[in-house]
Amino acid sequence: MDFDLLTSPELLLARIFDGLNAGAVYALVAVALVLIFKATTLINFAQGEMAMFGAFLAYIGWSEWGLPMWIAVVVAMILSALGAAAIERTLIRPFDPSDHLPLVIVTLGLLLIIGAVAGMIWKFDPRPFPELFPSGSAFRLGIANLRWYTVFTLAAAVAMMALLQFLLSRTKIGLAFRAVSSNLESSELVGIRVGPTLQFGWALAAAAGTFGAVIFVADPVRQIEPSIMLSVLIFASAAAALGGLDSLWGALVGGLIVGQVQTLLVNVFTFIPNEMALAAAVFVLLVVLVAKPSGLFGTARVERV
Amino acid sequence: MSSPLLEAAGVKAAYGQVNVLHGVDFSVNEGEVVVILGANGAGKTTTLRSISAMRLVTVEGSIKVAGTETVGKNPADVVRMGVAHVPQGRGTFPELSVEDNLHSGAYVVKDRSQIHKDIDRYFDMFPVLRERRDQLAGSLSGGEQQMLAVSRALMSRPRLLLLDEPSLGLAPLIVEQLFETLAEINRDTGMTMLVVEQNAQLALSIADRAYVLEAGQIVLSGEAEAMKTDEAVRQAYLGY
Ligand SMILES: Nc1ncnc2c1ncn2[C@@H]1O[C@H](COP(=O)(O)OP(=O)(O)OP(=O)(O)O)[C@@H](O)[C@H]1O
Ligand SMILES: [Mg+2]
Repeated sequence: MDFDLLTSPELLLARIFDGLNAGAVYALVAVALVLIFKATTLINFAQGEMAMFGAFLAYIGWSEWGLPMWIAVVVAMILSALGAAAIERTLIRPFDPSDHLPLVIVTLGLLLIIGAVAGMIWKFDPRPFPELFPSGSAFRLGIANLRWYTVFTLAAAVAMMALLQFLLSRTKIGLAFRAVSSNLESSELVGIRVGPTLQFGWALAAAAGTFGAVIFVADPVRQIEPSIMLSVLIFASAAAALGGLDSLWGALVGGLIVGQVQTLLVNVFTFIPNEMALAAAVFVLLVVLVAKPSGLFGTARVERV
Repeated sequence: MSSPLLEAAGVKAAYGQVNVLHGVDFSVNEGEVVVILGANGAGKTTTLRSISAMRLVTVEGSIKVAGTETVGKNPADVVRMGVAHVPQGRGTFPELSVEDNLHSGAYVVKDRSQIHKDIDRYFDMFPVLRERRDQLAGSLSGGEQQMLAVSRALMSRPRLLLLDEPSLGLAPLIVEQLFETLAEINRDTGMTMLVVEQNAQLALSIADRAYVLEAGQIVLSGEAEAMKTDEAVRQAYLGY
């Protein structure tokens, strides 16, 4: 065990910044995951791959179509939204929305197909992605370095969360999302058109996912390639579950916690090899969920019969 | 005479391969309260589900609301024809607040000021809902949920209100209050109602006409007043 970390504030701060960096990314992706869960009541296993594909579209827009980077990002978000709406219409809508198992299998199929298609088109060699945020550090203390990238990623996660929170709690489409996930049959009886509502949920979640993935690959330490989202998706799922799966705030906080746990765990308990960081994070998650099954911020389901 | 608001002819309904309604005819005139009576499993709920075009049931025949066919449509379309349906077991949104449940009932209403006026009206009618406006519907008592379910249906200002056993699980006093309220709404606004009820005596007291359903067929129909007093009808079908 390495307790230097606990005696040197500077080292501790450095680790916390590392954790914040990872956590901000997890939070961003977790918020997108929670959104699709809230809007479609489904865990979409293809969410990460769809987001990866979206990030590639942004990359193509920038590198091949010559669009300014931020315009390319917006175009990619729109294209992913349209693509997801088409996927919902053709592959999801034919199935009974109250029966989740076939739908989960469809999303698993999508995961494989999108991954394979991206691999075929773009191969697996990493390509540098343009930076979206100023490089350099926002704050530095000895070896502790808080990068602008981290600050902006966090800001993006908070902004996205606030926007989606507003959408869910204050708008009519948000009410429809919540009604559909609460009681499908009654939703139709009040006049909600379930198909188009879920379709809009898919489109929105895909746009949010693309935004998250773009920011993830825009970190100068990373490059874009088709398998980029796989590991981050697992951490983000852990973050979403930790936060309660149906709470956007929970996803944000969950992301930050998972980021801290991951970096502190492997740095304090040095006998945990780096490769085990994932397992260690999942273990922490399990402990929390056993103690509090609805997550830290999730609503426990209440229903009287 | 003008044609009825609701007119069903030769309605057959099935769940998958299981036929439940075997060709029923009934109608409800504008402004009427009509009650459907019948034993458990007779097909009363299925009748209301057929009117609302709920996905569960496959319907054959014709069901017209103000002259427009509902067979082959989906429930969201039927709502837009002016039908509101309080399903058996209430069907509130447990994870939504009381107030959001009411807002959802007005999903097809465009006029925001009307929505707020109506929410206030039902809070006046059921003051306990006002007290619990921010509480999740799932945490309400059975009776409170029933009040919420009825209010939610009324939020769309329907022309035709379908009520499936509104008295189920309620204390006798609450049931009486609820029926008084329904009778009042019918009197004041002329809202047409089709009510399924086990509590025959009470239902007949607010109804104009009644149908008795038995094993998916209508075996009796007539004026509520006459049914209430007919000794043979009472013994054979109403069980009191
Ligand atoms: N979802 C369903 N799937 C298959 N069969 C069903 C379904 N719902 C009802 N049934 C069958 O249809 C028949 C009529 O049921 P329905 O619910 O219409 O009766 P009901 O008159 O409303 O009875 P109750 O007074 O008990 O509510 C019953 O035999 C029932 O088993
Ligand atoms: Mg019934």
